Amino acid sequence: MKKQIVLAFTSALALGLLSSCAMDEVPEGSQSAVQTGGNRVVNVCSWGEYIDPSLIDQFEAETGITVNYTTAESNEALYSKLQGANYDVICPSDYMISQLIEEGKLAELNYDNIPNYALIDERFKNLSFDPDNKYTVPYTWGTLGLIYNSAMVSEPITSWDAMFDPQYAGDVLMIKNSRDAIGIALLDLGYSLNTTNEAEIQEAYEKLAEAKEAGVYQGFVMDEVFQKLEGGNAAIGAYYAGDYLTMLENNPDLKYVVPEEGANYFVDAMCVLKDAQNKDEAEAWINFMASTEASLKNMDYIWYASPNTEALEQYPTYYEETYGEPLDMELYEIMAAPSDVLENCESYLVSPLEIRTLYNDLWTDLLS
Amino acid sequence: MKKRNRLPLFAVPYVGWMALFVVAPILMVVLYAFTDAQAGFLFSPDGFTLENFARMGSYAPVFLRSFQLAIVATLVCVLIGYPVAYFMAREGEQFQKMAMVIIMLPMWMNFLLRTYSWIAILDRNGFINQFCRAIGLFDLINGIFGTNLEYFQMLGTPGAVVLGMVYNYLPFMILPIYSVILKLDHSLLEAARDLGANSVSVFRRVIFPLSLPGILSGVTMVFVPSVSTFAISQMMGGGTQMMLGDLIELQFLGGAYNPYLGSAIALVMMVIVVICMYVMNRFGEGEEEAVML
Amino acid sequence: MSRKNSIGSRLFMGLVFFFLYAPILLLIIFSFNEGTSSAVWKGFSLKWYGELFQDRIIMNSVYTTLIVSVIATLVATVAGTLAAIGFYNMRKSIREPLMTINGIPMMNADIVTGVSLCLLFAAAFGAWNGFVSWMEVNYRLTAPRLYQGFGTLLIAHITFNIPYVILSVMPKLKQMDKHLLDAAQDLGCTWMQAFWKVALPEIKPGIVSGMLIAFTMSIDDFVISYFTAGATSSTLAMTIYSMTKKRVSPEINAISTLLFGAVLVLLILVNVLEARQQKQKKYTD
Repeated sequence: MKKQIVLAFTSALALGLLSSCAMDEVPEGSQSAVQTGGNRVVNVCSWGEYIDPSLIDQFEAETGITVNYTTAESNEALYSKLQGANYDVICPSDYMISQLIEEGKLAELNYDNIPNYALIDERFKNLSFDPDNKYTVPYTWGTLGLIYNSAMVSEPITSWDAMFDPQYAGDVLMIKNSRDAIGIALLDLGYSLNTTNEAEIQEAYEKLAEAKEAGVYQGFVMDEVFQKLEGGNAAIGAYYAGDYLTMLENNPDLKYVVPEEGANYFVDAMCVLKDAQNKDEAEAWINFMASTEASLKNMDYIWYASPNTEALEQYPTYYEETYGEPLDMELYEIMAAPSDVLENCESYLVSPLEIRTLYNDLWTDLLS
Repeated sequence: MKKRNRLPLFAVPYVGWMALFVVAPILMVVLYAFTDAQAGFLFSPDGFTLENFARMGSYAPVFLRSFQLAIVATLVCVLIGYPVAYFMAREGEQFQKMAMVIIMLPMWMNFLLRTYSWIAILDRNGFINQFCRAIGLFDLINGIFGTNLEYFQMLGTPGAVVLGMVYNYLPFMILPIYSVILKLDHSLLEAARDLGANSVSVFRRVIFPLSLPGILSGVTMVFVPSVSTFAISQMMGGGTQMMLGDLIELQFLGGAYNPYLGSAIALVMMVIVVICMYVMNRFGEGEEEAVML
Repeated sequence: MSRKNSIGSRLFMGLVFFFLYAPILLLIIFSFNEGTSSAVWKGFSLKWYGELFQDRIIMNSVYTTLIVSVIATLVATVAGTLAAIGFYNMRKSIREPLMTINGIPMMNADIVTGVSLCLLFAAAFGAWNGFVSWMEVNYRLTAPRLYQGFGTLLIAHITFNIPYVILSVMPKLKQMDKHLLDAAQDLGCTWMQAFWKVALPEIKPGIVSGMLIAFTMSIDDFVISYFTAGATSSTLAMTIYSMTKKRVSPEINAISTLLFGAVLVLLILVNVLEARQQKQKKYTD
């Protein structure tokens, strides 16, 4: 069927001419460079806007390893993609790491190849998802909070209630992944983020569904949130602290708050898949990213806090040296939340299989 | 013929290829659709289930929305596309050539990008709202109705999704209709006129019925991609207007990994679409064939 | 039907064309924008064109798109032409069902084709990789593990391209005199020679147009690639899709403008050449 159309089109482009042009379009000699690179490659999958791209070039220049850098939308989407893809390094969040370990999908790391692991702060070691430090090297950490445009709301927002408030109908962007979205509703209801009580999860779902029904949500978004909030196309959204700071550069009216009900405190860590074909390269990459220099540079670019002790300490100085003005400590505390904020936050733990299935099902129902 | 004609052998490699990459994948979809998600393998004990289909009921709104929006988009395409095709066919040869090029050219720009461009137009601070603000339309409306309107909410509505579909698939409607009208037998029209039909009834009784095959093939070409789209509904609907395509994508590469359910949905969609096509083709009788070259 | 249209109907056409081109115009305009926004104009600049060629992700995906399209088109053209000849010479009772199967990728929604191939690859590779692991453990034998990537992308493109080639070669075969091949064979050609010397020249236009359709479909495809490309390959459409999920870099506007411009120039060239040819023809007549 479609053929007819295309046929009409192509006949409009006189036949012989285009066919010769089609041949010309093959880029000369570029295939090998694109497909296989040199001999050494590493396939990295991370999140969008989650690395200073110059670090990739730097790593390639230093090691001669070609980096295939791709991104996934969320932990759940990454998990889906793992089914058919041959990534070497991935960078999931805490609860997804536990799940992957549980399913035997991650490789144990050889920390001898990752000397920079020593630079990681003690409070980011022996975490619940990797109690014996066998699989992971933390990459960033931070909080999931509420972002709002102070020019578009009448009073400061301090509660997750705003995410469900019909007063803001059409102005709210809900986050588009099941764990965070249902988590926000759980927090607002005063439940634990890690509840395994199905009634509580169901209640959280109802809350989301009700708000959706009432037209509160302009959309369910992940990284689309940047454009929407920066451009004043929505007033309220839930997103990660680091990304808020990126948005702030483009729209000074935006405010970030860790709501009074608490929030999620996450750690994203680099891990290597069991089937990875480039394990040495993967470990070289991880080691590179964990270095103080890379961490500082990355922190400055993506505004997510690094777990590297030196980088965390040196960042305010680094900022002052780079930009010639002192770093606003308020911003620094949003990036690297102090302990009193973190006390009010909860990390995600891996849920049992039936709860995960419930999340998936409810999530599909919510969006449909 | 003394020698056996051995030319059919030429097709052997492709028949093998079809078996591997056309038939086998469809069988996989069927297999997965009947497989229990926990068991993960159809032939293991407890592997067979109808659960995936049983759950389909809760996605009735998605099915409904998909078919509604796709039907509306198809209708709009007919309403816009038919006159364009008709007018085009009445122009001079040079104009027709130009118009063809104009209609085809956008297809060479990636559809995602063209759709994305609409976001900048329709957004809350997009061009249309900026324009309306600049000419004081909102003040005017607020003045008259005493409302407190600051912007038109266009993205995230079913209308936006339909707009996206119409925008992307309109050429698929115009061209088949155009090519049918172009090939109409002029002597028929003249005969009708000579027999006293005025131009309205010539159109109604001769041109329109004869161009029906073009409309039918246009309808299939617009309807099938519309009903199964996921990129357009995601971009224009902001994640609030979930369509069948989104639902399937969500189960495979999205945030709710469950290829078994995804396969079941895909299978049901496929069957419904095939039935629709079959009914429509019966309706168009063999006329369709006349259009296909 | 050369009766002139009224002003109203021309206006209507103009509006529809405007509707088709407004977003494209915006895209092109904002490829020259100094800033990153696609809604706020910050002044004229060519910087995105410069940065485009530095951007590895975009350039890689452009190369991948072109390479996949070219290889898939070539393979599909050869395979499709052979298959069409084969089908044509079959008995109707065999040909009809095969043609129906051939039509499946064209009639099916893209997402179904994509998902079904994705399932097949995942299952086949899963089984293979499991087998390799088992061999390694038990027999210390190893073989490369398979994953979705450029290869599967190529297979998918070839699969959805071949039907289009067949569909445009078939009518040419039907137009060809049925007895031509028999005559050639009777006159001492082997069937191979009959094919090369008799059939091929006759159906050449069909082959060329099939090839062009295949190439266009490949370049244009997003959905099927999205489900079959795996981790390491990304076509331009996929890159654009992942960008629409965050910010679309104006570099993408730039590359699209370039591609669009290339097609436009080509079209103008073709038209000019055509016009000139026609003139010459008139002249010689």
